[in-house]
Amino acid sequence: MDKHPWLPNLSSVEDMLKEIGINNIDELFRDIPEELKLKRLLNVGKGKPLSEYEILEEINKKANRNVDLAAPPFIGGGICPHYVPYAVKFITSRSEFYTAYTPYQPEISQGLLQALFEYQSLMAELLEMEVVNSSMYDWGSALAEAVLMANRVNGKKTVLVPENSNPFHKEVLNTWIQGKDLKVVEVKYDRQKGEIDINDLEKKFNDDVTAVYVQQPNFFGVFEENIEHIVDLAKHKKAISIMGVNPLSLGLIKPPGQYDIDVAVGDGQELGLSMNFGGPLMGIFAVRWDASLVRQMPGRIVGITRDSEGNRGYTLILQTREQFIKREKATSNITTNEGLMAIANAVYLSLLGKDGIRELAEEIYYRSHYAMKKLTQISGITRAFKSDFFEEFVLKFPTKYDIIKEMLKRHKIQGGLKISENTALFCFTEVHNKQSIDTLASVLAEAIGNVETS
Amino acid sequence: MWKQAKWDEPLIFEINPHEKTRQGVLINKDEEIRNLVKDIEIPRNLIRESSPELPSLSEPEVIRHYVRLSQMSFGVDNGMVPLGSCTMKYNPKIEEASSKITESHHPLEDEDFVQGILEMMYELQQWFAEITGMDECSLQVPAGSAGELAGVLMMKKYHKVNNRAYKDEVLVADTAHGTNPASASMAGYKVIYVRSNSEGLVDLDILREVVNQRTAGFMLTNPNTLGLFEENILEISKTIHNENAILYYDGANLNGILGISRPGDMGFDIVHLNLHKTFAVPHGGGGPGAGVICAKGELKDYLPYPIVDKINGKYSLSKIPKNTIGKIATFYGNVGNLARSYTYILGLGPQGVQAVGKMSTLATNYLIAKLKEVKELELIAPNRPRKHEVVFSAKPLADKYGVTANDIAKALLDNGFYAPTIYFPPIIEESLMIEPTETETKETLDQFADVLKKIVEIAKTNPKAVMDSPSNTSIKRLDQVYANHPTSITPTYRVLRLRKLGKISSLK
Repeated sequence: MDKHPWLPNLSSVEDMLKEIGINNIDELFRDIPEELKLKRLLNVGKGKPLSEYEILEEINKKANRNVDLAAPPFIGGGICPHYVPYAVKFITSRSEFYTAYTPYQPEISQGLLQALFEYQSLMAELLEMEVVNSSMYDWGSALAEAVLMANRVNGKKTVLVPENSNPFHKEVLNTWIQGKDLKVVEVKYDRQKGEIDINDLEKKFNDDVTAVYVQQPNFFGVFEENIEHIVDLAKHKKAISIMGVNPLSLGLIKPPGQYDIDVAVGDGQELGLSMNFGGPLMGIFAVRWDASLVRQMPGRIVGITRDSEGNRGYTLILQTREQFIKREKATSNITTNEGLMAIANAVYLSLLGKDGIRELAEEIYYRSHYAMKKLTQISGITRAFKSDFFEEFVLKFPTKYDIIKEMLKRHKIQGGLKISENTALFCFTEVHNKQSIDTLASVLAEAIGNVETS
Repeated sequence: MWKQAKWDEPLIFEINPHEKTRQGVLINKDEEIRNLVKDIEIPRNLIRESSPELPSLSEPEVIRHYVRLSQMSFGVDNGMVPLGSCTMKYNPKIEEASSKITESHHPLEDEDFVQGILEMMYELQQWFAEITGMDECSLQVPAGSAGELAGVLMMKKYHKVNNRAYKDEVLVADTAHGTNPASASMAGYKVIYVRSNSEGLVDLDILREVVNQRTAGFMLTNPNTLGLFEENILEISKTIHNENAILYYDGANLNGILGISRPGDMGFDIVHLNLHKTFAVPHGGGGPGAGVICAKGELKDYLPYPIVDKINGKYSLSKIPKNTIGKIATFYGNVGNLARSYTYILGLGPQGVQAVGKMSTLATNYLIAKLKEVKELELIAPNRPRKHEVVFSAKPLADKYGVTANDIAKALLDNGFYAPTIYFPPIIEESLMIEPTETETKETLDQFADVLKKIVEIAKTNPKAVMDSPSNTSIKRLDQVYANHPTSITPTYRVLRLRKLGKISSLK
């Protein structure tokens, strides 16, 4: 190779070797045993360095192998389609943020630190909790870290997790807690309402419970009405209470802080992030103002301080919890997190503001309820749960949902997530207009009609 | 003369002090739908009575605020970021085009709708297996540490399945990244440190001493954090495997041997890669990154699921390894960033990938040559070639003039360079860990070396000047004690507000 746009020194090799006092680059690898040296080029990429135009052709090939849907997907389950304002992308594309490292050198990273501090602060107001870290990977890992933290705080081993919380988050939780031999006990839900079965929870709430988890709204999109009761139980049993939240819903409903929750977790994906086939996401992690919790938190936290002349500045705080100082005694191994996504959340929340977040949450509420009305007017389709919901709800079909889904597919419509043979979870947000909901309804009606006559 | 922007930028909450009604984005309200639905029926006790205390700002106010903040930040596009073990290389701009592949797709969409994404993931799995010399890779892990956690959990499950649950110790080199012991401990292992010898390499005698039947595995980087290749790696691997233990490769340092030598050929069983290091995903101010976890032989049955499979020409996320540890991330890892690495590898091709290894190693050794005559920057094993990075000790300066590695770091900031990693690895006192990467020009490396020499000279004649730096950055040195003190610690604006109102106690 004699030139490449990303390798500026290909033409300086001779000069550089001379400075080092050797004749050949290979001499720099003289300490690698000969049998460990690769004697060929790796079989990667497309056989040669591609020009930018050729790379674009490859990207287009991949993009064209995907299908452009007729409407935004009607599927949620942890990620929902939303509109991302241009201003958000514009700011997260700023080179100084985009190509920066973790702000370990605060004097040259004040802007980045302040932006992350603002994310923490905006999220704190939304949650009404005092301490928020500057991100975890996603909701699943945030939940797992919350449970590991509970175990560090009280040493107990059982975690109560409702059956009606997100199964994908539970999968992550089950993986992450393997090393500490913690036990997950699932709590039943009321089959009529879709809410946690409080009796079952009380029954299972023994003295070994390290933490209890509740998701609001839960996986079925249903509001849990008994949060106070669950928090009281946790306090009484000296267990940590963990609440999983959809941050957008907090424009309408009570935030975790008003329940005196110990830890709040969630995902910032719904606050200005594209779906990106499931990542990058933005794990939210917050605790109330209590030293025993704050000092056991995972992740990075930015705080306010002052410089040598008394000016306000920002720096990473409580770093003695982290891996690069505490090593095996760290509260978590997390290093690279989702910093830029936190900034996207900050810009998005700043644009929405206090009125906007309420308006948007209301709009989503209305649209999902319109969709529920419209779809349950179809003969044979019913609502699976009685309790009120937000953004997502479960529908019951008169036939196998797989068949329905295939029919939707023919119209390039992505239907809901299959929950059981005859039920599916659908999602509606501000990107689903009336026309797209009506089209979905007519295709569903047609699909059910076809199945019944065949 | 470099100077950073210095805005006296208020917090976003302080911009509109009179609480005038403003909004930075309009909500697309559908009045027809509202009229059809009529009322909100949320149970009374769940309603949020008052709006959250968010600001009310117009779009230009928000943009100007965050643009100013960005001007008080520093990334690879601003200048050199020689952070050791972080591989802060240039992020090619064409990577942005790849968002076209992933951006608008939901992870739970029908597989027929996302064949393009799955094909890209499948190819990446193959490429990373080829690059690492492993049998199979999973793209599940959102960053390096998550990869390490996956790796040690795989180790744990493997031993359990093979009735060796008594193995409860993980060995870690004393030069290891802090994430290694932290990950091992998260997986419930006891951590045993293996001391390095005077050459900065794993001491084989000590290794043989500490390895025993309780050893579950050894977490190692090669080249290690001193930038040195562990030349006894085959012997190390034999020692570990003789005890039925697993050799784990921390891929954070792969850049210097990329395309030159492969962990799989060295005897490693499990490997993680950091795509935001070696494969040019922009670091985003601390993330999002992306990771890969790969394994060889039996261990591949333990990888986190799902793995993309190709069945009759169709791609599917159906592959679940027989003894999988489960899922590490909610969906499939940071796919948007995988697309960026995919683009990067397309641009490099086989020749470029190998050139990255060669040119990054050349850059490190060139820099060492440029700094050879600086007696105050000491080098362990000075005659050994480095790979991706080099660690200097500024101990002579600290001992004689009181100027520490931290002072040197701050003085570098004043000259428009980001600082190297400092005080790491812990076995080198007053350490400066420098990783130039293949993307810095020879001229920039010359400048960096000259500035470092200049700082050392000033330290000898006017140490206070170095100790008082930085002054060209947006702010001077910050008070870390005040930042962490129980009475002044302020992690959010909410705490600041409540403290002013006397509603918050000290964090005891």
